[in-house]
Amino acid sequence: MIKKFDKKDEESGSGSNPFQHLEKSAVLQEARIFNETPINPRRCLHILTKIIYLLNQGEHFGTTEATEAFFAMTRLFQSNDQTLRRMCYLTIKEMANISEDVIIVTSSLTKDMTGKEDVYRGPAIRALCRITDTTMLQGIERYMKQAIVDKVSSVSSSALVSSLHMVKQSYDVVKRWVNEAQEAASSDNIMVQYHALGLLYHLRKNDRLAVSKMLNKFTKSGLKSPFAYCMLIRIASKLLEESEGGHDSPLFDFIESCLRNKHEMVVYEAASAIVHMPNCTARELAPAVSVLQLFCSSPKAALRYAAVRTLNKVAMKHPSAVTACNLDLENLITDSNRSIATLAITTLLKTGSESSVDRLMKQISSFVSEISDEFKVVVVQAISALCQKYPRKHSVMMNFLSNMLRDDGGFEYKRAIVDCIISIIEENPESKETGLAHLCEFIEDCEHTVLATKILHLLGKEGPRTPTPSKYIRFIFNRVVLESEAVRAAAVSALAKFGAQNDDLLPSVLVLMQRCMMDSDDEVRDRATFYMNVLQQKQKALNAAYIFNGLSVSVPGLEKSLHQYTLEPSEKPFDMKTVPLATQPITEQKTEIAPVATSKLPEKLAPSRQDIYQEQLSAIPEFQGLGPLFKSSEPVQLTEAETEYVVRCIKHTFAGHMVFQFDCTNTLNDQLLQRVLVQMEPSEAYEVLHYVPAANLPYSQPGSCYTLVRLPEDDPTSVSCTYSCTMKYLVRDCDPNTGEPDDDGYDDEYVLEDLEVTVADHIQKVLKPNFGAAWEEVGDDFEKEETFALASVRTLEEAVGNIISFLGMQPCERSDKVPENKNSHVLFLAGVFRGGHDVLVRARLALADGVTMQVTVRSGDENAVDVILASVG
Amino acid sequence: MRILILGLDGAGKTTILYRLQVGEVVTTIPTIGFNVETVTYKNLKFQVWDLGGQTSIRPYWRCYYSNTDAVIYVVDSSDRDRMGISKSELVAMLEEEELKKAILVVFANKQDMEQAMTPTEVANALGLPALKDRKWQIFKTSATKGTGLDEAMEWLVEALKSRQ
Repeated sequence: MIKKFDKKDEESGSGSNPFQHLEKSAVLQEARIFNETPINPRRCLHILTKIIYLLNQGEHFGTTEATEAFFAMTRLFQSNDQTLRRMCYLTIKEMANISEDVIIVTSSLTKDMTGKEDVYRGPAIRALCRITDTTMLQGIERYMKQAIVDKVSSVSSSALVSSLHMVKQSYDVVKRWVNEAQEAASSDNIMVQYHALGLLYHLRKNDRLAVSKMLNKFTKSGLKSPFAYCMLIRIASKLLEESEGGHDSPLFDFIESCLRNKHEMVVYEAASAIVHMPNCTARELAPAVSVLQLFCSSPKAALRYAAVRTLNKVAMKHPSAVTACNLDLENLITDSNRSIATLAITTLLKTGSESSVDRLMKQISSFVSEISDEFKVVVVQAISALCQKYPRKHSVMMNFLSNMLRDDGGFEYKRAIVDCIISIIEENPESKETGLAHLCEFIEDCEHTVLATKILHLLGKEGPRTPTPSKYIRFIFNRVVLESEAVRAAAVSALAKFGAQNDDLLPSVLVLMQRCMMDSDDEVRDRATFYMNVLQQKQKALNAAYIFNGLSVSVPGLEKSLHQYTLEPSEKPFDMKTVPLATQPITEQKTEIAPVATSKLPEKLAPSRQDIYQEQLSAIPEFQGLGPLFKSSEPVQLTEAETEYVVRCIKHTFAGHMVFQFDCTNTLNDQLLQRVLVQMEPSEAYEVLHYVPAANLPYSQPGSCYTLVRLPEDDPTSVSCTYSCTMKYLVRDCDPNTGEPDDDGYDDEYVLEDLEVTVADHIQKVLKPNFGAAWEEVGDDFEKEETFALASVRTLEEAVGNIISFLGMQPCERSDKVPENKNSHVLFLAGVFRGGHDVLVRARLALADGVTMQVTVRSGDENAVDVILASVG
Repeated sequence: MRILILGLDGAGKTTILYRLQVGEVVTTIPTIGFNVETVTYKNLKFQVWDLGGQTSIRPYWRCYYSNTDAVIYVVDSSDRDRMGISKSELVAMLEEEELKKAILVVFANKQDMEQAMTPTEVANALGLPALKDRKWQIFKTSATKGTGLDEAMEWLVEALKSRQ
């Protein structure tokens, strides 16, 4: 049988895997021989192997066919062939969740786990626990207890590990086996002891006191198993971390003492635990680091690897401690194991001085082609960190990165490089041209659409602002000629930005656009036609609105509004201002380079939080006719955390109204609240129109009530207001045991904290990728300027942070980041004021004695300008 | 040779199986699923399947019907209340196509109990005399005492031999 397979394989020339071309249906057909008597163990074994192979390849088995195969397999229990029986155990485990009625093998497995054949017992326990649920578990409880304390170590270990798995679903049953687990924990077998400790810990892990008692006991009595020691160290360091206490506790002493254990594994675990602890002093760190240092020169590759990897991870946290190992790390640079060498070099790069960077980079480039992508990413990450630390080294780095970019490599690796180059460009303006040049070269031969479009977008954004924009045109237009649809479309958008910003290039761009309008792809043609028409108008405002800064509305919101518009035909044209704005994700402008290579999931077009609120509010009849929801604030707590009632408020802003949503939770189990509302007393000319109470507020089930307020129309600059809030309700006492409420109730009230409405509640953040263009677009019709002195602010960073959070606007052009050692800074903020008018703020900050701030505000609406200036003052 | 031992829960199927295999009374727990053992009797080797008798397990009996040479149907002779259920399970089983040719041996078990019905009473309660096209026989047994099993197996062996 097997022979035949080999032969067939050779003929088809498909490598050495005899299972390569398995057909599920054919295998299931073969499985019918399980029903034949007598059983041919050899053949059956082979078929079971095929089934398990298919399952592990991710082949989907329908319930019916899986159940049929499973029941056929149960017939193999009549054979006493040891290999076949153990294969059956494996099959049972693999099929436990896809076949029905797997409990049919319960008795057979119970017999095997209690029988005389030791080779059957462990595996039978593991298989049995896979098919057993909480109700059935009690039936085998007696056998499990016996197995845990069995003198055969494989049986005991199997029972312990299976119990650990069962804890998740049957905690209460497994908890009763603690005494047996205790007994197993004093076993002489190192694995049994380790597994017993694991089970004991997992049974107690939610009870801190019990865990520390257990630790105490075992650290005193000592253990035989190095694995168990490693586990104790992990538990101890977790406890230490949670208690946030000092390191003078016995737990730390225990971990420290493990540095002198006779097993290397334990020593390493202890050292690793210590260096990973937050706020370790140099004195505490020293013995752990010297252990790692010793391991760096161990003849065992695994130890060297472990040590250097740990040092690499903590290099940024404890640079001085890791620097102490520099000599040893230097020796590892030439280690024959490339993984060790890479980690050594990147560690040195993280801790090394500026002068050693060149030498290390040369070293690493000598073997970078020999290491796997995964380690290349580590190298790129180290470079990225280095560039932040030594911005002046960017030319060396850039050179190195461009070489890496030219080499072969997978998507993750290339993306890490591209991200790193982009972040260098953003950090160092003087590296922009070199960086863009390297990226241009890269997209000339780039197989990854995602990266190509990303780079084209960057070129469109940055290219037009360089001294010689024309040199990028060729690279971009080549894409239109050579690449796939998505890349071509991105290239068209990039081209348009050059035409919009550079008047002397405009005629050429228009010619190229003309050519793009004959593209075979709809999207590319549409974009080209659109940009062509916009560019031909030669109006700065149009360019800014439609080419540089694009749409800032929420896409699901736009879809819904358009759908609504088509349902209710109207004479009026569709108004973009009725579409809710996209809420800016906070990560939009990253201020620091997060680990560049962490794989980001493709952003899903899930409805935003605000879209959900819009949906909820429009379902309440009182709030219909308020128009689209403009902005929803973050929740504001109106009570202390642990009071009888917990209330938080979300402020929803509409064009002329505000809706306050109070999410209330009743934490008293002997009360049912009814007709709950929050009465609001405004300090200004705000008119409370309506209260929508929450009908019932039972114990611990959150409910919402609403208050609708009209904003003053006659005084549009009045945007801030303080409300005193009181929650009013009817109390019905409940029997705490049955939860039945009394028939009668009484009115009561509860005073909440005051609620503030500020200017930020009226402004939605909007990112303008090209602030300058947007500034010109809005124009100076309603420009106002004023100068303020911020006496209490000491640094520019603090001033920038305060302004952003006070106005609730989006910083643009990375201006929220203040360069070091500067005495002046310009902050650009963009937003949309309630009613749909763009508002732009330019704040020039100067640091002298305190901070002086000159604020210039522009908007299409005079009110908005006044509101901002008035509120800043 | 392939033999099934069937019957309601608590009838004594597992006890009979191990009495036949090792000649001893073993402590048993309700069978969830099945036990399968090789039993040698008079130099004949049998593959004996003892299937659990609980209501929830009975639907799975049919998965094990194919290629069966004989069925040992075990009845608790003292359980007068459930004789009717036992009969309907037996009738349903005998109607199965895959068991058309199987020989039927009924064990009127637990004869050591005081209130036990006689084999004739059991046979009538199960409606055995009405069976057509079926080779069958009933024996009074006590698995715990070990009585009656030899006679029953003797008859079964002869019946199987004569059929070959």
